[in-house]
Amino acid sequence: CAEILARSNLAGVRHILLVLSGKGGVGKSTIATELALSLRHSGKKVGILDVDLCGPSIPRMFNVQDNDVHQCDSGWVPVFVDQDKSISLMSIGFLLEKPDDAVVWRGPKKNALIKQFVADVAWGDLDFLIVDTPPGTSDEHISTVEALRPYKPLGAILVTTPQAVSVGDVRRELTFCKKTGLRVLGIIENMSGFVCPHCSECTNIFSKGGGEELAKHAGVPFLGSVPLDPQLSQSLEEGRDFIQEFPKSSAFPALAHIAQQILDGTSPQSS
Amino acid sequence: MAEVAGGPRPEGEGARRRRAAPPLPQYLCSSSLFPLQTVPGPAAPRRAGPPPARDAPTSGSARPAPPLPRTRVREAPGGRGQPGWAGPCGGGASRGGRGRALPLTVVAPVSPAAEAAELRARLRSVKHTVLVLSGKGGVGKSTFSALLAHGLAADEAKQVALLDIDICGPSIPKMMGLEGEQVHQSGSGWSPVYVEENLGVMSVGFLLSSPDDAVIWRGPKKNGLIKQFLRDVDWGEIDYLIVDTPPGTSDEHLSIVQYLSAAHIDGAVIITTPQEVSLQDVRKEINFCHKVKVPIIGVVENMSGFICPKCKNESQIFPPTTGGAEKMCQNLNISLLGKVPLDPQIGKSCDKGQSFLSEVPDSPATSSYRSIIQRIQEYCDLQHFQEEKTI
Ligand SMILES: Nc1ncnc2c1ncn2[C@@H]1O[C@H](COP(=O)(O)OP(=O)(O)OP(=O)(O)O)[C@@H](O)[C@H]1O
Ligand SMILES: Nc1ncnc2c1ncn2[C@@H]1O[C@H](COP(=O)(O)OP(=O)(O)OP(=O)(O)O)[C@@H](O)[C@H]1O
Ligand SMILES: [Mg+2]
Ligand SMILES: [Mg+2]
Ligand SMILES: [Zn+2]
Repeated sequence: CAEILARSNLAGVRHILLVLSGKGGVGKSTIATELALSLRHSGKKVGILDVDLCGPSIPRMFNVQDNDVHQCDSGWVPVFVDQDKSISLMSIGFLLEKPDDAVVWRGPKKNALIKQFVADVAWGDLDFLIVDTPPGTSDEHISTVEALRPYKPLGAILVTTPQAVSVGDVRRELTFCKKTGLRVLGIIENMSGFVCPHCSECTNIFSKGGGEELAKHAGVPFLGSVPLDPQLSQSLEEGRDFIQEFPKSSAFPALAHIAQQILDGTSPQSS
Repeated sequence: MAEVAGGPRPEGEGARRRRAAPPLPQYLCSSSLFPLQTVPGPAAPRRAGPPPARDAPTSGSARPAPPLPRTRVREAPGGRGQPGWAGPCGGGASRGGRGRALPLTVVAPVSPAAEAAELRARLRSVKHTVLVLSGKGGVGKSTFSALLAHGLAADEAKQVALLDIDICGPSIPKMMGLEGEQVHQSGSGWSPVYVEENLGVMSVGFLLSSPDDAVIWRGPKKNGLIKQFLRDVDWGEIDYLIVDTPPGTSDEHLSIVQYLSAAHIDGAVIITTPQEVSLQDVRKEINFCHKVKVPIIGVVENMSGFICPKCKNESQIFPPTTGGAEKMCQNLNISLLGKVPLDPQIGKSCDKGQSFLSEVPDSPATSSYRSIIQRIQEYCDLQHFQEEKTI
């Protein structure tokens, strides 16, 4: 078994993190993307595995949606975002003939592809592999956690927005983590407050504080509140490097702080 | 057998907000993949071995989903990942010992034809069915479903049913102010939970015993429950059945379309937000509708723009970088039913379980919702009219 692990495509991956939420559209893919960009900023090599098979967002968020996946001796070559190959991606988005094709699959097919994604992508050496997931606690999640278990993932980052309807679903996701033995690295409250760029008035469009409260209630670390920031959504639309280009923007400090906590948690001294 | 109920109406005041402790929670918990409770429900028939044959049509292997739109990878390395693989902890099928019969009233296996007949009989009393869909998460499907149900039920002469098939992330109980409510059983099946006498609701949320309970289920179990929601719930005579869905194009979506084909689907309302990250998923959903031949009533663009309450300037928080829903609808030749702005009051009303339409009746978002609901109503009326003509 140890031998199989040593020869596997994930042998060179140091830390595996999952980004989860019971709720849709809370910013899982956004957090996965910005975390990868922040970690690269700190000199790390990062991969993102996108297991959202029906609604993959990662290719567009890096503006590489037209790229193809190629094959090499050891498996599928991920798509590199830059010349230095500091960020590599794998997503079903790269496998579709036409970008608008619907992937109308029931569970078993999804499970098969996820298994293949975990086993057959030639990631090479990575400091972090971030797994972006669809909302929920179903096939994709069970299969991903099962397939990754031998590689001992570091844990999961849970994303929520502040409203009760979202926090409620994330409570269920916490139970999923508990049942599957996945450590919860912390909770992020995203879309927390909006500062008007015209008059600086702060409006809590999606309310405020729910994520922080949940972290307290559940006794898990709170990683921070990321405000609604039009510059962030705009740069994700265009696949730009928000961390590099918008250090003065309102969401930047929180995103940088989240990455720093992940780095601190994985530095040699702390482990 | 689950019989066709003679369409019993809700039993007046007494039926509303009644609390009972039916055997359902235990059944749900004990049949989940990672059992939440180990005590089996007293009324849940224990059944070893493979799931009943009646489940077969819903499982991926028996009714293969359309193949992956041609991939650009030439060959799968290592020959792994056979379609049909159910994984080490697959759904009912691969956990024979744990698999438990889903039905409450039916234990014997039923043939697909008999099952379709059963569904048809049960759904005969449904006049109009509207699916609320989106490829993207968090765009406001549940909010819209809830408000559509409220809006239609404003007419006391109409009987409205709201069915939540988001099995892993049900939002409807909270949004309808029904959190903590439970489903109870009557001779003719499960009774929906009633918000008003003419507005009944069903959701997996009513079957869970705690807000921390996770429904950790693979496809076949989700499909089984959805089927039960249609076959075993005593909906009575319904003018409108509104179905709230999770994002995507997978088990829940295929199943609801398959099961409702026994009746009739008026069409789907597709919800999106203005940015391309959302539209790219929504175009997939539209293709799904074409594929499974569900007519599209139209698209709602939600969260389009935010007017600052202080300075009244507008901000594009989710910017329509590729022209928003308007451009997409033009390109794909489908109707745009309307745009709803971001309004902090919407989220608040949802959290409080109140109808935003009656809480804030004079906001721009409310008038927008109202006109969209009206258009959907007109669409359905027309459908009905055309059907009568063809008969
Ligand atoms: N803090 C923020 N400020 C502004 N826009 C944001 C913020 N976080 C996320 N967004 C935008 O919100 C939308 C939804 O985010 P995202 O796609 O990351 O959510 P998700 O949880 O991955 O959704 P899904 O459940 O569909 O996978 C995206 O367009 C994204 O750009
Ligand atoms: N126009 C709006 N303005 C402000 N908040 C809104 C608006 N529409 C929806 N919301 C809020 O946004 C959140 C997400 O909406 P909702 O839960 O309806 O989305 P969904 O598409 O059903 O999500 P999921 O994919 O998780 O099922 C909710 O808290 C809701 O109250
Ligand atoms: Mg996503
Ligand atoms: Mg929803
Ligand atoms: Zn302002």
